[in-house]
Amino acid sequence: MSSTSNTTVSTAGPPSRRNTELAMLVFAVLVPVLAYANVGLAKDESLPAGMLGYGLGLGLMAGVAHLVVRRWAPYADPLMLPLATLLNGLGLVLIWRLDQEPEITRPALGGPMAADQLLWSVVGVALFLGVLIFLKDHRILQRYTYISMVVALLLLISPMIPGLGDEVNGARIWIRIPGLGGLQPAEFAKIVMVVFFAGYLMVKRDALALASRRVMGIYLPRGRDLGPILAVWGVSLMILVFETDLGTSLLFFGAFVIMLYVATERTSWIIFGVLLSASGAVFVASTNQHVGDRVENWLNPLARINDGVTETAQVMYSFGSGGLFGSGLGQGYSRLIGGIAAKSDYILATVGEELGLAGMMAVILLYALLIERGMRTALAARDPFGKLLAMGLSGAFALQVFVVAGGVTGVIPLTGMTMPFLAQGGSSVIANWALIAVLLRISDTARKPAPAPAPSLDAEQTQVVRA
Amino acid sequence: MSELTLTVMRLGFLAVLWLFVIVAVQVIRSDLFGTRVTQRPVARRPEPQPAQGQAPPQSRRASQPQQRGRQRRGAPTKLVVTEGSLTGTTVALQGQTITLGRAHDSTIVLDDDYASGRHARIYPDRDGQWIVEDLGSTNGTYLDRGRLTTPVPIPLGAPIRIGKTVIELRK
Repeated sequence: MSSTSNTTVSTAGPPSRRNTELAMLVFAVLVPVLAYANVGLAKDESLPAGMLGYGLGLGLMAGVAHLVVRRWAPYADPLMLPLATLLNGLGLVLIWRLDQEPEITRPALGGPMAADQLLWSVVGVALFLGVLIFLKDHRILQRYTYISMVVALLLLISPMIPGLGDEVNGARIWIRIPGLGGLQPAEFAKIVMVVFFAGYLMVKRDALALASRRVMGIYLPRGRDLGPILAVWGVSLMILVFETDLGTSLLFFGAFVIMLYVATERTSWIIFGVLLSASGAVFVASTNQHVGDRVENWLNPLARINDGVTETAQVMYSFGSGGLFGSGLGQGYSRLIGGIAAKSDYILATVGEELGLAGMMAVILLYALLIERGMRTALAARDPFGKLLAMGLSGAFALQVFVVAGGVTGVIPLTGMTMPFLAQGGSSVIANWALIAVLLRISDTARKPAPAPAPSLDAEQTQVVRA
Repeated sequence: MSELTLTVMRLGFLAVLWLFVIVAVQVIRSDLFGTRVTQRPVARRPEPQPAQGQAPPQSRRASQPQQRGRQRRGAPTKLVVTEGSLTGTTVALQGQTITLGRAHDSTIVLDDDYASGRHARIYPDRDGQWIVEDLGSTNGTYLDRGRLTTPVPIPLGAPIRIGKTVIELRK
């Protein structure tokens, strides 16, 4: 803008951007409806019967969420809600589409799941609304720093309690609630633990950042500052050993290291974190049978086990058959992956096969945009607790997406985590809607215009002088 | 269902999915540039095109600050940058608070190492008198020669210096 004497800068309109959000929401509801029609036409040559009800259900959910955001968080980020709605809607379509395959919808495997998933989504949105309405300011969470730690640890060890916990596919991460079904407490522990990390690091970050010795170019922290990181490492290893839940332990430790780095700006923490998690992973992989098998499948996906190929290989085949533009919704063969896993852990395989590389990239970009909005919120937040909390939540979300997508595509060993919003699973959908609600609350506080300056008392007293 | 229809449907859905991504990126883009830049069709001298067009004009309506009848006579109607990298930029004074600083959400984003993130603000008090207030900046805000310590009313034409940037209020 060099020497243009006719440029005018003015603040652009009311910055709330709620109408943008509404337009994006309408778009985000229409895309899954189109996908739904697409599946129906491809499979039965007719529009599916439930299309109107399904579209209205998703639209109603999104509409209520939008109205509540308009009322209780008017300056919140305009993109997070549409992105979450679209991912949730796409997940519902994909699960409904897999329900159409009789081989993997036998009663022994749980029968059709799309209706249940829609119910869980409604519960998730209800929790989203509850958080937005009742959490007036995210800084209230700061008061519950240590309570959060206790709650998170209780949630984490609850699957170990006999009678409450339940072992599924070699991982003990479920609790049974009579009459309701299973719940994965780790999904909720994720959010609560990040609240603890944010509150703890906000207080301790100066000690962690400044009191250190410099050895060979990197800053070595003092032993007493190293304590908490080692404690979290130990806890995450314990989860790994006793519950054989590789994903959750990676998520916890990773989120902590990310937040530690953001709080202290010290690269040495990242080096420590990577070294510790690598040594922990190697140790557990060599001692624990279940984790060892996963690593073995990852290294040799084409090896034959029990007279068949591994699931990792099957996923690779489905990606390969999808190619660049995919086989079209409803025309893939991801049912051949077998079992219930096609709807949960391996739902990305269906995306990759039926929408191809182009669709897979679009879905991953949707996640990336959601994470970007979270990090943007962290940048915009004015208080350090809000910054750390937004960073931790979006970092944990990003790690979860990476762990699942990386596991399915064979970048890292597969772990039993769910793709947020997309995969079948009630706890995941509910917890992630709550996560989005907390992020929206922080972004509302961060983007709210500053209040008009109060008339200063000084000015009143010096009025005579001024005149 | 014919092969052709299915192919059109398959590619159409991918196109819609990507369209959503692109629209979302557009929303982010408009979100980044929170201030609106308008070019007035006044041509005092042949203008070179703005070289670093980082914020393209989003609306080309000419702003006419003169025709606002609410203000008192003699009240300033615009803020003009007279020195620094933003020389020539004007901001219409319409009763809103103007923030200056390196922070991206400032009304005037200063690209200046000597400016703080939130350096100063200019706002009208209850009588419509424009006040400049330093927001605890590192290098200070100067009105004429004096460094500001409290909010001070701005006389017409008095230079306010922030780092390498000088602004003043004009009619």
